[in-house]
Amino acid sequence: MAHTASTSPESVDDEVTRRDFLLIATGTVAAVGAALAAWPFIDSMNPAADTLALASTGVDLAPVEVGQRITVVWRGKPVFIDHRTDKEIEAAEAVPLNQLVDPQPDSARVQKPQWLIVVGVCTHLGCIPLGQKPSDPRGDYGGWFCPCHGSHYDTAGRIRKGPAPANLVVPPYVFGDEQTIKIG
Amino acid sequence: MEANKTWKNPIVAWIDNRLPIFSMMNADLVDYPTPKNLNYWWNFGSLAGIMLVIMILTGIFLAMHYTAHVGYAFESVERIMRDVNYGWLMRYMHMNGASMFFIVVYIHIFRGLYYGSYKPPRELLWILGVFILLAMMATAFMGYVLPWGQMSFWGATVITNLFSAIPLVGQSIVTWLWGGFAVDNPTLNRFYAFHYLLPFIIFALVFLHLWALHVHKSNNPLGIDVKGPQDMIPFTPYYTIKDAFGLGVFLIVYLGFVFFAPNFFGEPDNYIKANPMVTPPHIVPEWYFLPFYAILRAITFDIWFIPAKLIGVTMMFGSIIVLLFLPWLDRSPVRSARFRPLYRQFFWLFLVDCFVLGAAGGHPPEGHWIWIGQVATAYYFAHFLIILPLLSYLEKPRQLPSSISAAVTPGGVGISAKGVAE
Ligand code: HEM
Ligand code: FES
Repeated sequence: MAHTASTSPESVDDEVTRRDFLLIATGTVAAVGAALAAWPFIDSMNPAADTLALASTGVDLAPVEVGQRITVVWRGKPVFIDHRTDKEIEAAEAVPLNQLVDPQPDSARVQKPQWLIVVGVCTHLGCIPLGQKPSDPRGDYGGWFCPCHGSHYDTAGRIRKGPAPANLVVPPYVFGDEQTIKIG
Repeated sequence: MEANKTWKNPIVAWIDNRLPIFSMMNADLVDYPTPKNLNYWWNFGSLAGIMLVIMILTGIFLAMHYTAHVGYAFESVERIMRDVNYGWLMRYMHMNGASMFFIVVYIHIFRGLYYGSYKPPRELLWILGVFILLAMMATAFMGYVLPWGQMSFWGATVITNLFSAIPLVGQSIVTWLWGGFAVDNPTLNRFYAFHYLLPFIIFALVFLHLWALHVHKSNNPLGIDVKGPQDMIPFTPYYTIKDAFGLGVFLIVYLGFVFFAPNFFGEPDNYIKANPMVTPPHIVPEWYFLPFYAILRAITFDIWFIPAKLIGVTMMFGSIIVLLFLPWLDRSPVRSARFRPLYRQFFWLFLVDCFVLGAAGGHPPEGHWIWIGQVATAYYFAHFLIILPLLSYLEKPRQLPSSISAAVTPGGVGISAKGVAE
């Protein structure tokens, strides 16, 4: 180790010297320093402050009729708002948890049963599932159908069939009054 | 590098004495000794190099008119096509150039597979080639996002979402890649920055690739080592002229597409501006990614507690990573498939398998395409991990010729690396 760097005649090849210690210590400090210096570069690629600031969207629910679905944009992604019918609510509540890929009761996915609010991005690879327009296919479970690789979601936005691993994400939202919500 | 030549021109001599660049060019491009039996499959390396230069050249001129912003990117590309002088030519050369680059490189790789060019002492040369392939794939993927059409946007969305399969940190990595909560302006900007950078990294990798090549020199169709100057000819004029002829033929094909079928390899959906609210019914990547896309989608079931998505992603990257280990998976000491009766058949089967994967990747995963993709994926890995290691022991190679000259010019007449008839 100390072979080439050594100037002292006493040091022998396989002997551990103070010089070795200094070399390793210096190298370690340099490596840690390089890693720390890399962080600003890496972090600069994370969402910027203004991107984060755009992070909430207000929605007026009053015009949405029972059985109607609307799409709003939140953080550049579609959010599905579904004014569910009683039948759809019943269907969602009736499913036994052991039949679900990603088990979650309907009550854990809604604040008010008639309003289902989910991010309209397939949890497989990010396509937008069909089902928002009356003419769209809604899949085998009456919710949404992702055409990209064939994932079926039910009336609670839960994954029932196909390659997607998880339920449609429920975004954070609060009801302002009975008829408005703020997402994010 | 050869000892410095003496140059007649005094300016050349003066420079060469201080920076032996002329000696180097002479040693690597003119006097450079090359096996005398190379066939046309050896043209594809120089073609790949020329494609890289064309891509950088057309790319830089496109960059002078392109705007990397979600509000203007699509429009700026349309402006390049309609208003910029010869903009259509630059773009069509760049677009079709990417396809040609991959065709050339894939042929180059299969040439290496057939003639065993990855075997000692050329393992590192091969590995550098695999890194070049990876860098090319990253470059082409990010380039395809730049025109900001529907396929640009949704291709980027699907592929970046792959990283969400990574346990625990997956979603944070995807957010980091996007610089936001979806593919958006920050994503487009960074992809443009990387798309500009990576080709120059490829350039550096190609330099190392050639450096490694020139240490042990080219392999050849017989796969045996050169035994001396009688087995070689100088690169210039013999292979410069052969490469130039090959380039002519290649340009007819390439420019044929540019002028007569410029959108042959493209997707019509990419002439629709990106719309983050509408997914096109059938997302397909560019043709050169189809086999890998098929591998990604082959796994439709969880294995034990590992989710299907994670396995698919791992296998997709694994299908290229496995190439890095090829020199140690195929232990047969014989390089060329000409003398390996069994390997030769498995080589063709493997090639067919890659086409089947490509077809499976291009169809929606329905009906028969599901199991076809799965079987072809299994065979892809079996070829490398089972068949090649077994063949190394089971196969009885044919008798190798004693030298290139003995096989190619048995009469003893030929031209040696010194350039004189012997
Ligand atoms: C390894 C070399 C390269 C490959 C494989 C490659 C690949 C691609 C691809 C596939 C596209 C999309 C074409 C389309 O559908 O419109 C593209 C676009 C683009 N590339 Fe490259 N590229 C390379 C080098 C470069 C370089 C060095 C630059 C220089 C800045 C560049 C600048 C651009 C620009 C500005 C666009 C957008 C305009 C357009 O879409 O036609 N490229 N590239
Ligand atoms: S992205 Fe929806 S099924 Fe693959």
